[in-house]
Amino acid sequence: MAALTALTIAEARDGLASGAYSARDLASAHIEAMEAARALNAFVLETPERALADADASDARRKSGAAGPLDGVPLAIKDLFCTEGVRTTACSHILDEFVPPYESTVTANLRAAGAVMLGKTNMDQFAMGSSNETSHFGPVVNPWRRSGDNRPLVPGGSSGGSAAAVAARLCLGAAGTDTGGSIRQPAAFCGVVGMKPTYGRCSRWGIVAFASSLDQAGPMTRTVRDATIMLGAMAGFDKKDSTSADIATPNFEAALGQGVKGLKVGIPVEYRIDGIDDEIAALWDQGADWLRDAGAEIVDISLPRTKYALPTYYIIAPAEASSNLARYDGMRYGLREDADGLEDMYEATRGAGFGPEVRRRILIGAYVLSAGYYDAYYLKAQKVRKLIADEFAAAFGKVDAILTPTVPTAAFAQGDKIDDPLEMYLNDVLTVPASLAGLPAISLPAGLSGDGLPLGLHVITRAFDEDTLFRVAESLETAAGFTAAPGAIV
Amino acid sequence: MTVDKSTVVRIAQLARIRVPEADLEALAGELDQIIGWVEQLDEVDTEGVTPMASTADAAGLRWREDKVDDGGQPDKVLANAPESRDGFFVVPKVIE
Amino acid sequence: MSLIEGRTGEWEIVIGLEVHAQVMSDAKLFSGASTAFGAEPNTQVSLVDAAMPGMLPVINGKCVEQAVRTGLGLKAKINLVSVFDRKNYFYPDLPQGYQISQFSDPIVGRGDVVLDMPDGSTRTVELTRIHLEQDAGKSVHDQDPGHTLIDLNRSGVALMEIVSEPDMRSAEEAAVYVTKLRSILRYLGTCDGNMEQGSLRCDANVSVRKPGGELGTRCEIKNLNSIRFLREAIQYEARRQIDVIEDGGTIAQETRLFDSDRGVTRTMRSKEEAHDYRYFPDPDLLPLTLTQDFVDRLKAELPELPDEKKARFMADLGLGEEDAGVLVAERAVAEYYEQVAEGRDGKIAANWVAGELFGALNRKGIDITETPVPAARLGGLIDLIADGTISNRIAKDVFEDMVETGRDAAAIVEDKGLKQVSDSGAIETVVDELIAGNQGQVDQFRGGNEKVLGWFVGQVMKATQGKANPKMVNEVLRKKLAG
Ligand SMILES: [Mg+2]
Ligand SMILES: [Zn+2]
Repeated sequence: MAALTALTIAEARDGLASGAYSARDLASAHIEAMEAARALNAFVLETPERALADADASDARRKSGAAGPLDGVPLAIKDLFCTEGVRTTACSHILDEFVPPYESTVTANLRAAGAVMLGKTNMDQFAMGSSNETSHFGPVVNPWRRSGDNRPLVPGGSSGGSAAAVAARLCLGAAGTDTGGSIRQPAAFCGVVGMKPTYGRCSRWGIVAFASSLDQAGPMTRTVRDATIMLGAMAGFDKKDSTSADIATPNFEAALGQGVKGLKVGIPVEYRIDGIDDEIAALWDQGADWLRDAGAEIVDISLPRTKYALPTYYIIAPAEASSNLARYDGMRYGLREDADGLEDMYEATRGAGFGPEVRRRILIGAYVLSAGYYDAYYLKAQKVRKLIADEFAAAFGKVDAILTPTVPTAAFAQGDKIDDPLEMYLNDVLTVPASLAGLPAISLPAGLSGDGLPLGLHVITRAFDEDTLFRVAESLETAAGFTAAPGAIV
Repeated sequence: MTVDKSTVVRIAQLARIRVPEADLEALAGELDQIIGWVEQLDEVDTEGVTPMASTADAAGLRWREDKVDDGGQPDKVLANAPESRDGFFVVPKVIE
Repeated sequence: MSLIEGRTGEWEIVIGLEVHAQVMSDAKLFSGASTAFGAEPNTQVSLVDAAMPGMLPVINGKCVEQAVRTGLGLKAKINLVSVFDRKNYFYPDLPQGYQISQFSDPIVGRGDVVLDMPDGSTRTVELTRIHLEQDAGKSVHDQDPGHTLIDLNRSGVALMEIVSEPDMRSAEEAAVYVTKLRSILRYLGTCDGNMEQGSLRCDANVSVRKPGGELGTRCEIKNLNSIRFLREAIQYEARRQIDVIEDGGTIAQETRLFDSDRGVTRTMRSKEEAHDYRYFPDPDLLPLTLTQDFVDRLKAELPELPDEKKARFMADLGLGEEDAGVLVAERAVAEYYEQVAEGRDGKIAANWVAGELFGALNRKGIDITETPVPAARLGGLIDLIADGTISNRIAKDVFEDMVETGRDAAAIVEDKGLKQVSDSGAIETVVDELIAGNQGQVDQFRGGNEKVLGWFVGQVMKATQGKANPKMVNEVLRKKLAG
């Protein structure tokens, strides 16, 4: 059945429609693959019974002629999405064995579209991290290996389990979330497509909050077309989220096949930061050439405040997180440490429940919001954020899309950066600016490094112009013809 | 040094997170390095710039109608409680 | 201004109040759970109110309208753009670990409240601001020695925090201020003002100083849930501060609690670690924007408020300051009175409502909404006096009957045959008999002893069970006795 796990979502959709195989066949094949690949630690909770039940229900729907756009498609769900009756932990000890009595809007939308849930995927604790090493359930192993070097590599993060599962053919697609690059960076490290929609396109209701003004859910797939199909099912206005955009969800898939002729694509000179691998800089130029050859006009643009995006992000995100994570106090759900007295219980529970990186960010957040520091740090960051957003707005007066690399480097080895926070934060230097501006962005695999690791290209477009984003990504995907797959899955 | 051990102790108290004495020194170093790094924002002239709290601002806040359509689910509310009794959450004695 | 005598001379109390008024709405400020009082624990809790992971607030438009109407009713500035901030602190009945409130940009700005003091003078207290915020849950401390029980039914209920300037100078003024505020909120229908149920709670900021001197250090006394406690707490606290200072001590700025059993205030025992609430705009909520049209529409729909009503009662219905004040304090009373006074003498109507009716209600321990005598029926009784059907004295008996039976005045007069006798023939017969049978008294009168007339009147009334028209009795007697 291995063939079934190699399908794209679009192919599976056709195969299911033609009756070539059933949803149960697809689910069984993926459950098998999922169980065989446990060494990757991509899943923190496998839900095979649920998957088979979903699949049978899907086959029944199809017989009755009521199949949805994702009917019978086996997906993996990041453990940040609250799933009714299914343990949800954000991969933190502090949520302990929390079982939500509710379903997040995005996963509910996926279910309504007929998707089959295989399980909950591993991630950096509370989505804070770029290597999946901050997970309470241990690191995820990147299915890719450097040629001639068997050291386990990180899959990136925070959506590392989702990226690894898609790359290792353990699911046809996965739901991820992206706050500063948590979908796009792991997608680049694992050689898959990862897309972050415009802020407000997907509801945040029922997604464990990290940084409310930045968090967005998005699809992780093996092709751009699959991303359009999956996003179409995930997105939509939700009155339960005050920041959800009350705007119709277009048929993203319909945007494909139009090419990029006549589009203006900007190359921001400031993104050529030192620290970008030569191979990646070269791939970036290559990408520009591919788009030029496809009929796009390549324009140099300037985004001078780009270099301040990362420090801005590391004030705003921790500030919001320090408040968002205050609810994990051992009173109503999750971990509660024995203690003598209330104050002792708070400190013992939160001290034991949060990992080092989460603790670090909560403390940074509390610090930048505390009396006497608010203006100097938080308010200052909000102003710089405005300047960065304005800069993008100005750039999009000249161009329709912006092309950059996704990450300055390819996947690194476990343990390489976990002890150096700043070094780790630099992973997001190229993805964070679009997050601060709330813009849609996508990473797609466009080539391999000299030692055989996938490298990603990154496209950004105007708010709510996902159509153009997918058009440019498809054009790059076609030109790159990236077919490599990770070698031996462990 | 912007962030020293005493600062860490103070904000850890604010955040209700117990930090083992043994971790304080290292943590202070890490936080000081990060805070020092974000201070590069001082280079940016933000005179007269309106702070941006959300990219969704333009929309303006949407209102719900005054309808009771939620609640009546103490079982769900208490389902994950570490300790509950007679429909209440049970917590350590609070001293007023 | 009332000063307090201390060992070192006179002291002035300076009081500012923060009133938390529960907004009248069916659902909570940011969730669809009910706000009804007295439900079983945690039965009126949405997953948003319990701060489950990933839950998000969506604002209840009714609560916004209520805050704006309150601002308009208090002649305050309405801010077309306001912002919700998070006030971060840990407490078991604060599920989110922060309260959604309004810090830098409240929905209502400056306004004022006019106080009518008992001595007839008026004082104006300036409002600093009104902001919308979430209430916390309820902590039950007395059920279990070792634990506190948490009920989140209140968690997320909308409150208006109404903040005054430190403009009050006595416990009396503070009491009048809260009473007046409560009256206006009830007129507006934006808060039921029920202090027993906690829908109206006061925090009092109290300090003392030498008259006209610079402000002293203030202490905040939290959660005063009755006007009596407010008075007692302020009086105690002022005296305490004066004693401390006069004994050479200094006042520490702190939060205190009022122990109503012992009538004293005491420091909150909970660790007073320097509060650092780390306010910042709630990223789950966008700024709250209003249009001027929306505000104008609400303004046009405001009911007549006590101050205007009082002025009208005095000008149009000829009531005195005091009667008018009593009759407008409660909207229900004012409306009852207006029905009674409709097309009748305003003063007479006021006397019946403020006198006989209030007396009866007090005796029965019920309020105007439960009155056994509807306004229309009290009006009917007054009409029977006006047209001479019954005398004032008989009317009082009839009213008592109405209070007991709820019956219509005319019917009672009919059944009991209380119609006053105005038929001169009948009265003359009685008078003739009296004159014939009491020659002695007749002679005294004719001898110039006017007093005897009263005796004759009494006899006639006795003979007619008080139903004879007094005016006629006098006329007939004088005519006949003149002989
Ligand atoms: Mg207050
Ligand atoms: Zn308040």
